Amino acid sequence: MMEIMEGSRAVAEIVKRCRPQVISAYPITPQTHIVEALAQMVADCELDAEYITVESEFSALSACLGASAAGSRVYSATTSQGLALMFEVCFNVAGMRQPIVMTIANRSLGAPLSIWNDQQDSISLRDSGWLQFYAEDNQEIADLHMIAYRVCEDHDVLLPAFVCFDGFILSHTYEPVDLPSQEEVDAYLPAFTPYHRLDAEAPLSMGMYATPEYYMEFRYEVDRAMHRAKETFIRAGREFGEQFGRDYSAFVEGYRLDDADVALVAMGSICGTAKDAIDEMRDAGKKVGLLKIRTFRPFPGPEIAEALKSVSTVAVLDKNISLGSGGAVGTEVKAALYGSGAAVYDYIIALGGRDVRKRDIAAVVDLAEKGKGDLFYGLRTEVL
Amino acid sequence: MALGVGCSAPPGRALENKTGAWRVFKPVFDPETCNRCGTCAQVCPEGCIHETEEGTFEPDLDYCKGCGICEEVCPKESIRMEKEEK
Repeated sequence: MMEIMEGSRAVAEIVKRCRPQVISAYPITPQTHIVEALAQMVADCELDAEYITVESEFSALSACLGASAAGSRVYSATTSQGLALMFEVCFNVAGMRQPIVMTIANRSLGAPLSIWNDQQDSISLRDSGWLQFYAEDNQEIADLHMIAYRVCEDHDVLLPAFVCFDGFILSHTYEPVDLPSQEEVDAYLPAFTPYHRLDAEAPLSMGMYATPEYYMEFRYEVDRAMHRAKETFIRAGREFGEQFGRDYSAFVEGYRLDDADVALVAMGSICGTAKDAIDEMRDAGKKVGLLKIRTFRPFPGPEIAEALKSVSTVAVLDKNISLGSGGAVGTEVKAALYGSGAAVYDYIIALGGRDVRKRDIAAVVDLAEKGKGDLFYGLRTEVL
Repeated sequence: MALGVGCSAPPGRALENKTGAWRVFKPVFDPETCNRCGTCAQVCPEGCIHETEEGTFEPDLDYCKGCGICEEVCPKESIRMEKEEK
């Protein structure tokens, strides 16, 4: 049923319908509304789950890891400093192949302290072995949670996922969202069948120590599972489309790309602004399009290269900065397009919650057309 | 040893990690001078020094990491650490 609701509410409602058996989270802006709502649902017996209250994000994800190892479907949510505090556990969750789904309400990292949006938090954990999905709007963030559980729990994958949406910009914004019923979600997402679990009757240790003779092979196995997740995602996204009418079988989505000379590449809510800006530029005769990246891990390099094969100029919008290198998305898009002949420029934009307007998108396109890129867009040089 | 999914292992699997590969020096026991006090077996942090049928002691080189504590405590100086060529 289509309802107008806050993005965080949409996440809580869909997570409830995914029937997690254990939830552990620590409240942190701008994720708070999600976990408040879920705690209320558990307290009101609307959701039959164990809600473990903890003193930190490190403990929250540790509790989730134990619960997942015991065979439960598990959920958590965090952002920014909270995710940073989970860093060590994140690598362990992936290495132990526990299919935990965690919402990230994307927020910048301190210092300086900022509660506002960019994508530095989840991007900084790109090497941790978690799948990473980025939503453009609140319908997509709701849908991606169902798909994430399907993909993560598939025995060909067995990896955790960050389901990311922009803090405040989406988490605190009211939009129409078509929420499926419990029966519809149950039909799409069957009960969790663990590959193996901690069981006193059949003892098992997880997260064992590995000598140099074995460590690299374990890492290789995680990497292979990450690549296998591509096929699983395509299947889960297609089946989602068949059931709900919204197809998610693509890692990337083009918008007015077919005859474009300049392609913007972006992830998350900025894609909505970019589409409006593109419509205006198209009306003015500029051949501009957008490639939206939905899955950052596994990274869809070949799919990006295919989608951008006839574009001469590419402008990547990065709401993160790998300090001393460049934007993380731009770096990987450049690698994906290596040898293609396209000019690829990276723009660090909207860090720490700075607004991006349609005229900013148009300005980036102008810069790319002039061959000016690999820079911080909109830098206020007067305060430097 | 095939890898378990998620770095998992049933009980006792750690025995398959032959940590003796870490060793640089290996202990050489001289049963002729050994007084059979057993101090070496008591202090071995790896628990890999065993009593033989003759009542003397010998290390399990599959797991001995070559720390040399046995050599240090032996009152008869009948344990000698030798550089091991591999």
